Amino acid sequence: MARPNPLDSFKGFGVTFKQIFKKPITQQYPEYKRPVYPRFRGRHRLHRHENGLEKCVGCSLCAAACPADCIRVVAAENTPDNRVSPGERYARIYEINMSRCIFCGYCELACPFDAITLGNEFEISEYSRDDLIYTKDMLLAEPIKRVPVADAELFDTPIPYYKAHS
Amino acid sequence: MITSPWWISLIEAFLIINVLMLTFAYMTWVERKVLGRMQLRYGPNRAGPFGLLQPIADLVKLIRKEAFYPESAVDVLYIAAPALSAFTALAAFSVIPFGPGWDIAGYQIGGVVAPVSIGLILIFALSSLGIYGFIVGGWSSHSKYSLLGSMRTCAQMVSYEVSLTFAVLGVVLMGQSLSLVDIVEKQHDTIWFAAPQVVGLLVFFVGGIAETNRPPFDLPEADTELVAGYHTEYSGMRFGLFQMGEYVNMITLSALAVTLFFGGWYGPWAPLGPLWFLIKLLIVIFVFLWIRATLPRLRYDQLMRFGWKVLLPVATLNALVTAACVVAF
Repeated sequence: MARPNPLDSFKGFGVTFKQIFKKPITQQYPEYKRPVYPRFRGRHRLHRHENGLEKCVGCSLCAAACPADCIRVVAAENTPDNRVSPGERYARIYEINMSRCIFCGYCELACPFDAITLGNEFEISEYSRDDLIYTKDMLLAEPIKRVPVADAELFDTPIPYYKAHS
Repeated sequence: MITSPWWISLIEAFLIINVLMLTFAYMTWVERKVLGRMQLRYGPNRAGPFGLLQPIADLVKLIRKEAFYPESAVDVLYIAAPALSAFTALAAFSVIPFGPGWDIAGYQIGGVVAPVSIGLILIFALSSLGIYGFIVGGWSSHSKYSLLGSMRTCAQMVSYEVSLTFAVLGVVLMGQSLSLVDIVEKQHDTIWFAAPQVVGLLVFFVGGIAETNRPPFDLPEADTELVAGYHTEYSGMRFGLFQMGEYVNMITLSALAVTLFFGGWYGPWAPLGPLWFLIKLLIVIFVFLWIRATLPRLRYDQLMRFGWKVLLPVATLNALVTAACVVAF
């Protein structure tokens, strides 16, 4: 092993001094939000068909696929007076416990109707655990905070169908 | 009739202490800013414009924090130790001359708070006393980590104090005085002692960094490796007092370097007095920060070996050579 040259220590002073005049690389987060990757897995969203009916048919496959066991689905029959989804049944209760969710995306893979997808929102912290249980209304609604998303064209990776239309 | 009553010194002392505390507060800001820029960060920029209110926010935080008190601590000493270390640090600045002195409305206002003829010895005496703050603080916390930390601290400070004192000896020999005012005047008449005493300056600077526990000699604190040293059990403003002692020591040492090696309040082109002093002080403090940003921390055995086997012989040799030269010419 070569002995270190003591004079090399002084090169470091030049390096640190030069750094002062460079522009810092820090991103000023709350003011500037870095666009997330197009396939970023953030807050879940439930979707509707164009005619307003919910895509979810209450099959509970997402709940079965969920490794963190954070999804709760209670299904009910559609009736002619109360038609919520195009299928036989619909999700009367659809809850996701965000404090348990690990954002693995298995639910959107399991879903046969692309009813649930993971959106791009990551600012979902709350002051109370109760507020982290998202109900169906919250998941169906437009997210309050939108997050900038990077242009998908910049990446080679194909965007899955269920993701591209969320 | 020009007089210099005692209350002028009192007002001056009051002003200097407050200026020092303000300098300490904003030095933490400058340090974080400069370090940040050297690491391609912004440093504090949230509290107020350019983060200028950050020191005040820190102060409020420190004061409002619980002043933790270990059950088995030796109570009087535990409380007195941070005060001692802050007091000695502040008191040492009283003999640093920052200006030539002025006559205002018939009163003589000195350029130094306490114009004693052995100012240099007083500074070293006070800085030795300041070590007691660290020893006592670590010991009275009744924690083995604090005790080990304070042992580490005082071993380092005692070792490097010797080299620091020897490095100054050359300046004393050339200035023919222990009074800092005389040394500054002598430099004004001849040349800044940084030129003939360049070895002494280097030893003084390295010793000064070790004496004030600054990186790369910050073994007492070693934030990235250990929890802390002697102040492990301290929190709130008591911890703040230790920090203040450390930073004020650093200011005092930089001021001493300016006084002994860079001509004190005299400067080229214009007789600006205290302004020159401040400019030089800021440059020296910047070098302190620069060193912190650049050099990695020494290992403990490296620190001890460097102190006793390199720094002390060099300082002694420098003093001897200077003495021989002063006698010869």
